[in-house]
Amino acid sequence: MRPDQHILQRLLDFLPSDCVLLSEESIRPYECDGLSAYTAKPAAVVLPNTQAQVQQVVSFCRHNKIPLVVRGAGTGLSGGALPHPDGILLSLAKFKRILSLDIDNRTARVEPGVRNLAISQAVAAHGLYYAPDPSSQIACTIGGNVAENSGGVHCLKYGLTVHNILAIKVLTMEGEFLTIGSEALDSPGYDLLALLTGSEGLLGIILEVTVKLLPKPEQAQVLLAAFDSILKAGQAVANIIAAGIIPAGLEMMDNLAIRAAEDFAKVGYPKDAEAILLCELDGNSEEVQQQLVHVQAILRLNGAISLRQSENEQQRLQFWAGRKNAFPAVGRLSPDYYCMDGTIPRKHLATVLEGIHELSVQYGLPVANVFHAGDGNLHPLILYDANKQGELHNAERLGGKILELCVQVGGTITGEHGVGMEKLDQMCVQFTSEELTQFHAVKAVFDPENLLNPGKAIPTLHRCAELGAMHVHQGQTRFPELERF
Amino acid sequence: MNISSFQQAIQTAIADHTPLQLIGGNSKKFYGREITGLPLHLAEYRGILSYEPSELMITARAGTPLQEIIATLANKNQCLAFEPPLFSETTTLGGIIACGFSGPARPYSGAARDFVLGVKCLNGKGEMLNFGGQVMKNVAGYDVSRLMVGALGTLGVLLEISCKVLPLPCETETIRLPITSESEALAIILKYTHANLPITASCFEGEGVYLRLAGANLSAVRKEITSDVYLEPQPGQQFWQQLRDQQLDFFQTNQAIWRLSVPATTPPLKLAGKTLIEWGGALRWLRSELSAQEIREVVTAVGGHAILFRGGNRQGEIFHPLPLNLETLHQRLKAQFDPHNILNRNKMYATW
Ligand SMILES: Cc1cc2nc3c(=O)[nH]c(=O)nc-3n(C[C@H](O)[C@H](O)[C@H](O)COP(=O)(O)OP(=O)(O)OC[C@H]3O[C@@H](n4cnc5c(N)ncnc54)[C@H](O)[C@@H]3O)c2cc1C
Repeated sequence: MRPDQHILQRLLDFLPSDCVLLSEESIRPYECDGLSAYTAKPAAVVLPNTQAQVQQVVSFCRHNKIPLVVRGAGTGLSGGALPHPDGILLSLAKFKRILSLDIDNRTARVEPGVRNLAISQAVAAHGLYYAPDPSSQIACTIGGNVAENSGGVHCLKYGLTVHNILAIKVLTMEGEFLTIGSEALDSPGYDLLALLTGSEGLLGIILEVTVKLLPKPEQAQVLLAAFDSILKAGQAVANIIAAGIIPAGLEMMDNLAIRAAEDFAKVGYPKDAEAILLCELDGNSEEVQQQLVHVQAILRLNGAISLRQSENEQQRLQFWAGRKNAFPAVGRLSPDYYCMDGTIPRKHLATVLEGIHELSVQYGLPVANVFHAGDGNLHPLILYDANKQGELHNAERLGGKILELCVQVGGTITGEHGVGMEKLDQMCVQFTSEELTQFHAVKAVFDPENLLNPGKAIPTLHRCAELGAMHVHQGQTRFPELERF
Repeated sequence: MNISSFQQAIQTAIADHTPLQLIGGNSKKFYGREITGLPLHLAEYRGILSYEPSELMITARAGTPLQEIIATLANKNQCLAFEPPLFSETTTLGGIIACGFSGPARPYSGAARDFVLGVKCLNGKGEMLNFGGQVMKNVAGYDVSRLMVGALGTLGVLLEISCKVLPLPCETETIRLPITSESEALAIILKYTHANLPITASCFEGEGVYLRLAGANLSAVRKEITSDVYLEPQPGQQFWQQLRDQQLDFFQTNQAIWRLSVPATTPPLKLAGKTLIEWGGALRWLRSELSAQEIREVVTAVGGHAILFRGGNRQGEIFHPLPLNLETLHQRLKAQFDPHNILNRNKMYATW
């Protein structure tokens, strides 16, 4: 039930008036996150300045049984920060201070609203940086990154958010401040830091994050290789890794994505290629030179039709700019696009891409593929027009099928964007009811009244039953001929 | 031994109100609190289920000997990069993951939890559950597989574990610097760390600082640190293996051995006893007769925690006490995974 205006007015008892948005038009910008197909108007938006105010918001919601949804920058792609129609949206936009830097220990303690890139900028003078680099890093916040366990193009070598944070300060829905993790490398008890990372704002409100900083590698070089078939590019990826090389980044794009990115960013991608690979190598210069030679040989052996090496730092960044802008670039090809996020064992790339192609034809919607090739994380981008009757629905159904395909080959429905509101149905495919029940039990430990971001990330058993989804864990249904292991 | 027999054992334990003691290779019997309960032997549930070097992933049953896994990976020039200790031939993968043990490479390559991609397990109701998976990136559902790492079997019986693997470095070197002062040793380790050398392990055992360097090509690094003493590859490697497996003289003792985890730049701790330093300063082993309280006070003050790793009173507080609000959450989590409290009851803390 949507709370009455007179209850909401009481927010002003403890929050300054510029921290409370109640009017229809002031609330509108908060209606959705990066997944704009889902919108909802919250009863109120609050933007507190202090942790104590956040605690008061939490206790207000608890006493009035009002659902609370936390928002960072709202760049999430699964509807995680979608407001609850009967609830309050808590924006942490004002928490943007870097609280302390410990250069000797190579850590930084920051507030959750600090932007991902701002951390690296703040420590650049010390030759350090924060490694996980989602393509949205100019805008997304570290709090959102922790909540989603975000990755980036460099996470093959440097890990995801979970590998790059040491501690968080969390406020639970029960009003308790918890310090989880520490500046030491481990902590007593269960690994709650891992549990909270990627918990999509359902277990607690992250109010401080201590991140690990890394020294900038002495040298980094990118190779840009073009192929006349995606399969050859895929094989090249497998062979680079089998040769004992872990590139700092290893990304693939298909023809549609290449053309879009090139038209958008003009970085020199070969538009006639069926696939390109971007392979970054970093380390000391001897190491990089040696690996460059090795990787170039592998790329040629696997049929690269053209091969370029970044000649300077500017060109390296340019090669990456095309990839990092792939989503908005593809977005220009059509009025709307829908970004999927499955991960698969890389060896099934051919089967999955073929399957995506068939589905694309079947549903009559083009799909561009952007791929964190090193770790098997696929981003098929479905092009559609929301103004055309039924096309959004069609795009969603196509997307759902693609994710099911990922599960069928032993993969997962989300590699880094989270389940949010979007992939609840596919959760029914990936997990059994016992597993889902165990997830709900974890939620109950932290938020017994189910007030924090309720209804997201983990579907109810009821929903799964209604959907009649068949659990296809490790693919007993389709592709029985494929080896699973 | 098969999964249904484990499930049966859990059902019987629930019916009889008798806790179970989970036992893998029994090589870490010394660790954790001493408990009673019906033994549930898991070592026979073994075997590598899937390993493809180009996928950088291995899946094995929990009872698989760690030695077998290390050898299989080494055969393809790969490794478990968290360098888990092999306390004996019987050490199992499941035991290592349940204890969450990592070796000398930990601060440089990551911890056991960083490499776990997925688990199949039984909860305390005997339900078979899969969390995570076999792929590198996976954020579907809460990260229960990492929660299991270091939970000492109190949340579930690990059945299968998928781990990320990495290539072995092409070149490895060990240098030894004759240093006897702890504060000087810490300063030197920090200095080398800040020189951005490819350090993959560090140690100070009272008489010298040892550093391991590894990478695709060390020629430039060798030029940079010509003045230091290089160990021949063989004694170098042996040193790290003995450190990892706690075979160095330091660990041969009847005294209690404490494991102190602290921020790396913490100055020498004022605690009577003998200290061995690892992990760039972040791990300090202490042989000492001091009481738990005396040790914990000092360690807490610097933002760390202390585990009574070997010896001492195994019925006492082995693990650092938790703040009250965290303890409550731990107890609730335990109750949600193991409502009848039959899996390794009291192994971690005396109250649950
Ligand atoms: C163009 C584009 C490119 C992208 N590229 C990548 C990429 O390469 N890799 C990647 O992983 N993601 C990517 N994303 C997705 C998105 O940027 C990430 O998920 C990011 O971490 C979200 O951060 P945010 O601050 O915008 O969080 P929001 O979108 O505001 O919130 C995301 C979720 O986190 C919760 N949350 C936010 N802050 C907190 C907090 N302090 N405490 C508790 N819960 C909180 C919210 O409730 C919500 O569930 C991309 C998105 C876009 C639009």
